[in-house]
Amino acid sequence: MVNIPSTIRIAFRALRVNKMRSGLTMLGIIIGVAAVIAMVAVGAGASSKIAEQISSMGSNLLIILPGATTSGGVRMGAGTQPTLTMGDAEAIMRECPAVEAVAPTHNGVAQVVYSHMNWSTGVVGTTPSYLYIREWQLAGGRTFTAQDVKSATKAALVGRTVVENLFGDEDPVGKVIRIQNLPFTVLGVLAEKGQDARGHDQDDTIMIPITTAQKKLFGVQFPGMVRIITVKAKSIQDLAAAERQITELLKQRHRIGPKQDNDFTVRNLTQFMQAREESSKVMTLLLGAIASVSLLVGGIGIMNIMLVSVTERTREIGIRMAIGAKTWDIRLQFLIEALALSLLGGIIGIVIGVSASTIISRASGWPVIVSPLSVLLAFGFSGIVGMFFGFYPAYKASLLNPIDALRYE
Amino acid sequence: MSLIQAQNITRIYSLGDVELRALGGVTVTIDRGEFVAVMGPSGSGKSTFMNILGCLDKPTEGRYLVEGIDIGGLSRDDLAEIRNNKLGFVFQGFNLLSRTSALENVELPMLYNGHAARERHDRAREALRSVGLAGREDHHPNQLSGGQQQRVAIARALVNRAPIILADEPTGNLDTKTSREIMELLVRLNSDSGITIILVTHEHDIAAYSRRIIRFKDGVVVSDELTQKD
Repeated sequence: MVNIPSTIRIAFRALRVNKMRSGLTMLGIIIGVAAVIAMVAVGAGASSKIAEQISSMGSNLLIILPGATTSGGVRMGAGTQPTLTMGDAEAIMRECPAVEAVAPTHNGVAQVVYSHMNWSTGVVGTTPSYLYIREWQLAGGRTFTAQDVKSATKAALVGRTVVENLFGDEDPVGKVIRIQNLPFTVLGVLAEKGQDARGHDQDDTIMIPITTAQKKLFGVQFPGMVRIITVKAKSIQDLAAAERQITELLKQRHRIGPKQDNDFTVRNLTQFMQAREESSKVMTLLLGAIASVSLLVGGIGIMNIMLVSVTERTREIGIRMAIGAKTWDIRLQFLIEALALSLLGGIIGIVIGVSASTIISRASGWPVIVSPLSVLLAFGFSGIVGMFFGFYPAYKASLLNPIDALRYE
Repeated sequence: MSLIQAQNITRIYSLGDVELRALGGVTVTIDRGEFVAVMGPSGSGKSTFMNILGCLDKPTEGRYLVEGIDIGGLSRDDLAEIRNNKLGFVFQGFNLLSRTSALENVELPMLYNGHAARERHDRAREALRSVGLAGREDHHPNQLSGGQQQRVAIARALVNRAPIILADEPTGNLDTKTSREIMELLVRLNSDSGITIILVTHEHDIAAYSRRIIRFKDGVVVSDELTQKD
């Protein structure tokens, strides 16, 4: 029968005797565990930020940009040639079965004035379904309706940043603002959305009916022109089908032959963002894996010191064997020593890793997420490392011949 | 039944091709309460014999029984248990754990047979008192004289109430006066508590404390006789 409490006491006494050595041995594990926790926290923070951006963008999103045309051999970028129309948007809604909602937008930048304050912001002319597609709530008031779009009302929804800059503490609903000298009635206030994937402030915006933007504010090069069409597919599985159906439809409507380049571009934003999220998860895994290598090196350090310790204490082992220590008494004594080193190092490493994560997040402004799972894993892993690398020295000690061990100088 | 029965024991060490016959057929019987000295020049086989008596080694041939238990068929851990319960060791070099108090050194054998902490404490204290070291419980070996260290070792051999104490040149590192004190302690333990003591020595005046002397030469017993006690 093995006496566990006193074996633990014996192990801790041995560690106390060689404080410096125990500390240095633990340092390997401390650095390993702290690195795993901090790295995984940074990676998880990045992933969660991207996930947050995806959800703020709206789900199952496709964006159709006009242009990317060739003029005299010079290819222009997407959006340079206005080719999309309100008719395109209506046709997509009507004829593409994989599409759930469509919102054409016609936007620009405008100077906005309220009483003695003024602010320059992005103005988005769109339809009510835009809010639905972007999963954007109202914080107050109401949205404009299809009727407003039909009759090109001068109605506006204002974003949080615009409210702060123009109204301060005042309630904007029902107030009249001037956008490039045209009076607009504020119908509602948009809920806060934060930054998008490029770090652009999404709350610095005003939404108005698209017809108003086309006819009264920004003008158009031809009737019914829109800058961007935003499309929500029925589900994530329908994204590819929607993309195909839209491309097909627009090719037909724009009379593009099989050898001609498309005069529009369909971008699968959701897929793009998911790829980014995926890659940041891979990054987290990679960082964690690299950090685990240092944990492994720490384990080898433990094994090294335990082997030295067994050799140094050969005589002690001989004495213990002579007075009745059995195989597992000796094994456990050294195993517990190795475990104590690694688990103690693990605990200190967790403390350092968590504080390092907090410091990194404070200093850099990145979101950092210390997951309990990564802490548990790092702790468990350090225990396994201690067991694994402690076993061989313990095994070696237990196989000593007591007669030889007693004679060892 | 005799306490110790060694029947025609041989011990052969194989060193590559060479066979070294350390013991060549030794038969010795020791009864409870005896005080035996084992003597002989170095290389005579007395150390090998003691290792076998101490269950640290097994005979190549022959049978060795402690309290009727045949050692031959026992595993490593079974031997450890016999050493723990039935044998106490006293070494020439004391073999105490350094950086460990006298009390904890004495408690050590009890760590390996499942006594409760309270009982370990009480019995270790009692054992230290019986060898005249009351009040030295918290001293570490390097704070004790050689004689005191050997007393701690004897207390450690006593603490599990083993019937046998094997002492391998217990006075070899001590001066004459201290040697006498240690031997008197052993004699007292033998006569008062009936503990069987088997002692290896090459000094005649140390062997003179015993009541029986077994002499070894070239791996065999050359004489086995009672000492003249007045």
